[in-house]
Amino acid sequence: MTAPPPAPTRSWLREHSELGVCVLLFVLGVLVLTDALTMDVDLTQRGPVGPRTVPVVVGAGLLVVAVLLAVDVLRGGRGEAEAGEDVDLAEPADRRTVALLTGVFLAFAVLIDPLGFPIAGALLFWGSAHALGSRHHDRDPLIAAGLSFVTYFVFDHLLGVPLPGGPLMGVL
Amino acid sequence: MDSLNSLIDGFGTALTPVNLLWAALGVLLGTAIGVLPGIGPAMAVALLLPVTYGLEPTGAFIMFAGIYYGAMFGGSTTSILLNTPGESAAVVAAIEGNPMAKAGRGAQALAAAAIGHFTGGMIGTILLVVLAPTVASLAVDIGAPDYFAIMVLAFIAVTSVLGSSRIRGLASLLIGLTIGLVGLDAMTGQQRLTFGSLQLADGIDVVIVAVGLFAIGEALWVAAHLRRSSERPIPVGLPWLGRADVRRTWKPWLRGPFIGFPFGAVPAGGAEIPTFLSYVTEKRLSKHRDEFGKGAIEGVAGPESAASASAAGTLVSMLTLGLPTTAVAAVMLAAFQQYGIQPGPLLFEREPELVWGLIASLFVGMVLLLALNLPLAPLWAKLLKIPRPYLYAGILFFAAVGAYAVGGEAVDLVILLVIGLIGFGMRRYGLPVLPAIIAVILGPAAEQQLRRALQISDGSVTGLVNTPFSVSVYAIVLLILAWPLVRKLVVRLRS
Repeated sequence: MTAPPPAPTRSWLREHSELGVCVLLFVLGVLVLTDALTMDVDLTQRGPVGPRTVPVVVGAGLLVVAVLLAVDVLRGGRGEAEAGEDVDLAEPADRRTVALLTGVFLAFAVLIDPLGFPIAGALLFWGSAHALGSRHHDRDPLIAAGLSFVTYFVFDHLLGVPLPGGPLMGVL
Repeated sequence: MDSLNSLIDGFGTALTPVNLLWAALGVLLGTAIGVLPGIGPAMAVALLLPVTYGLEPTGAFIMFAGIYYGAMFGGSTTSILLNTPGESAAVVAAIEGNPMAKAGRGAQALAAAAIGHFTGGMIGTILLVVLAPTVASLAVDIGAPDYFAIMVLAFIAVTSVLGSSRIRGLASLLIGLTIGLVGLDAMTGQQRLTFGSLQLADGIDVVIVAVGLFAIGEALWVAAHLRRSSERPIPVGLPWLGRADVRRTWKPWLRGPFIGFPFGAVPAGGAEIPTFLSYVTEKRLSKHRDEFGKGAIEGVAGPESAASASAAGTLVSMLTLGLPTTAVAAVMLAAFQQYGIQPGPLLFEREPELVWGLIASLFVGMVLLLALNLPLAPLWAKLLKIPRPYLYAGILFFAAVGAYAVGGEAVDLVILLVIGLIGFGMRRYGLPVLPAIIAVILGPAAEQQLRRALQISDGSVTGLVNTPFSVSVYAIVLLILAWPLVRKLVVRLRS
């Protein structure tokens, strides 16, 4: 242990980070309730139960669950992180990879319309594989380009699901 | 006899070259998905939803059913050879199957599992043929209050029976219901949770929610905890069984379906509970009890047979009542909604070609699966060598393709990512994903049925409980809710 021990409040917060879930659930509940209660239903209401009833129940339910979950966490209850074939829970969470993947995916969402699917898709696959630790600089881009072009062709030409070709397909 | 004739007609549908092709594609994809870590059948069907936009429904559902059954076959291969079951249905297969593989009896374990899946699937599907039309005809005149009661049962059962924590299941259910609320109210056109955005007024497409929660959420979650040193699968030869093994396995194969099928039909988490129950039963009945835990072949044969039969049971509830009891069934239900087909008692009358073609294709698929899995198991095991970065990059890639294909809009990709991050958080903090996805798919329908029922009764709450059917369903709901209290009481009385 080379790092200095974290301050007691910080380690308490880290241990009880699940309380963040409670806060989010609570905020969501308030959001659903305000949306439901500010709804203008006088004109549209048909039948005894209007469009407001279910959102009010769901919103109230979210508030109750947020409080109950907080009580459970403070009493020492913990949600079990999900296990899986490729999941090693003994390792601490690798936040950098998750952030990188999120960034790559957002870049794809921005680039798909200007660049077209074949190029943006290849970048998505290559970027994700790189973020996940693949370091074959010769093989990775080739696989990415091949996968992206084949997928474009299969969806756009064979399955009839249109994907944007972009400038590259305009040239070809 | 009526259903026998329909089944023969169904074989006419299933055995056309095109539908045979879909069945073959389905079982191939399903086996690959079952063997591959990280991809489950629910994620696979969700990823394929956009691909099937251009298909006619019969072909699509034949493929989906092939994936569901195929993933069960393939999942046990991974459990036996790698001892890291990813799908809950295959957990039990690892308990006995992996020690067998380590002791050099991997071939026998694979054979016991594959033939178990075949037997279980066959018996389960025969039960489906016999029971489904009966259930459908019994349920044919159920109305709005009954449908609402069934959906309440589904909500309560998936939150209470599954997972270790009810409160977390409930949180997941409410998140799903909230996502389902977004958009225009179907009855009045009132905007809900749209915040003035035109994009949100259409609601969030079920495909985007399913792909986000299953594919993006899973890929990000694995990325955060990727196992750097993956275990080597145990090398294995061709699966085969000696006479002594067959003598030990034929009874478990035949017993498994009768445990698996009923549990598949009720919303109790699919194959998880019945495989475990079958394991315990076989252990109790076995003459080789001392071998259990060290590689007893009965412990592979019984549970695997139960797992496949539970898939058939799941289809009974989904086709006859529109009630999804597992994640795969929930996503298949979303596919039905996409085609504008309402699963339920009337399905057998309105779409006989689709239903019976689907059921007949299950028999075809089972034969294909046995032929694919028995001789080719060592080949399938090679799939485990795929580099993990490619596997998870591929999942992200196809998730993006699917979400974009829904509407051709880049904004959908951002919504997909947000839902994926929610899925990531849910995995991190132990909120089960299944209640959320069932709530998204059934929530809007449940609200409609509730309001319809109350409209008929003119607002009186008694309108929800005025049929014997709905009353008995609510009785089951109460039983599920009260169960922990009852159990506590019993324990206290005993001590």
